[in-house]
Amino acid sequence: MTAMRAMSASETAGPPGLPRLLAGVTSTEAPTTLDEHLAVYGQLPPAGAIDLPGLVEASGLRGLGGAGFPTATKLRAVASQRGRPVVVANATEGEPISGKDKVLVRYLPHLVLDGAVAAAQAVGARDAIVAVSRADREGLDALSSAIAERGGRLDKRVRLRAVAVPGGFVAGEETALIQFLNRGVAKPTFTPPLPFERGVGKAPTLVQNVETLAQLALIARFGSDWFRAVGTPDEPGSALVTISGSVAEPGVYEVALGTPLRELVAIAGGVTEHVRAFLVGGFFGSWLGEHEAADASLLEADLRPRGARLGARAIVVLPTSACGICETARAMRYLAGSSAGQCGPCVHGLDAIARSFERLAARQRLDERKQLARWIAQVQGRGACRHPDGAVGFANSALRVFAREAQLHVRGRCEGERRVLPVPALGVEATR
Amino acid sequence: MKRVRVNPITCEGHGLCAELLPERIQLDEWGFPIVDPEPVTGEAARHAARAVEACPTLALLLEADS
Repeated sequence: MTAMRAMSASETAGPPGLPRLLAGVTSTEAPTTLDEHLAVYGQLPPAGAIDLPGLVEASGLRGLGGAGFPTATKLRAVASQRGRPVVVANATEGEPISGKDKVLVRYLPHLVLDGAVAAAQAVGARDAIVAVSRADREGLDALSSAIAERGGRLDKRVRLRAVAVPGGFVAGEETALIQFLNRGVAKPTFTPPLPFERGVGKAPTLVQNVETLAQLALIARFGSDWFRAVGTPDEPGSALVTISGSVAEPGVYEVALGTPLRELVAIAGGVTEHVRAFLVGGFFGSWLGEHEAADASLLEADLRPRGARLGARAIVVLPTSACGICETARAMRYLAGSSAGQCGPCVHGLDAIARSFERLAARQRLDERKQLARWIAQVQGRGACRHPDGAVGFANSALRVFAREAQLHVRGRCEGERRVLPVPALGVEATR
Repeated sequence: MKRVRVNPITCEGHGLCAELLPERIQLDEWGFPIVDPEPVTGEAARHAARAVEACPTLALLLEADS
């Protein structure tokens, strides 16, 4: 009961409610320093003091880069391979409508690094690499300074390093990241072997999204019961959600999983216009009509029956002043242009689908919807990575949700000219 | 059980596989194979082996279930 005991790392109480991750943000001007970080969260428990895979399993943590794979399974799979593993923390966040990972590395670099260190210790890795998009100078600076500030003191035998990787949508895909680190080519590879079998320098490699690692850094400190105190039994914890479009205060918010979408919109200042639809889960996600989404919550279990996924928890509110077909056409052109250019079905299929959407958007009075549906079905599952699958899932949701708008376009009419989706320009870097 | 799989990165769409293994492979309109993942047995297995040998980019694979 002494003050000393109460202050020891393993007994530091976690943040009681929300925010959890964002509790460590002390200023929006500068990254949280090491002293500030330790004052909020305390130190990581020593490596031997906890069973991290056990805690992670009990907490139910899943990957937060979009795929949602159980983190404990991945930790164990990497640890069980022969050879000394490597950890790669993925902060590339090529998803144009997501900002959560950039927020984490810019403002909370030490929490990300703690997660990388804890994961490295759990799998027996000596090297942990944080991969950040080349374009994210602020994130790279914050991480490099934070690594220097730690001076290796906190990290026992784990060497930390920040690496700049090419921008673009596909560069952050696991196998593309590995190939970039190995050979300087940021393109996906044919699997197997998967990164957990053979990754950086042929070593078994744990690739985890940086939000997953930040959550893991808190689980290592405060345990699985603490983690589960927020969220639902099946989908526990908090989530960093990026919301943009026609809301008054777009940004990254930390909310409990299970929060009603309506409540998230209110947290983001409420809508600024009448809503036509929501894009849920990023450019790899799905459109949901306003009425379909009205009573939805931020849960996979709630979104799946509606044909959507939470994915990387990025949401755009599309107002009625914008047209779903026109917005989808722009996003599809970006997705087609973001193909790594390696697989025929992705190169030709996505381009054909994008062209068809562009003709529909341009109101050329041709009804190509049957053809489109056929291409969409045909491309599915035929790339080395999941890029074409994500893109056609998105296209498919547009045909479903914007069926009425598509019909209007075939007849030469469009209901909205406004552009809301932040579709990046396709540079050389994005296409190659 | 053996199944046919294509490495889409090395595949250049020569299309020989669809001629040699029509039981499992069709071409899309750009000439790239659409592979039926049903296992190959008997005659189809012999056709599959021949198609794998004939692929100019070694992109067609005959894989045993693990």
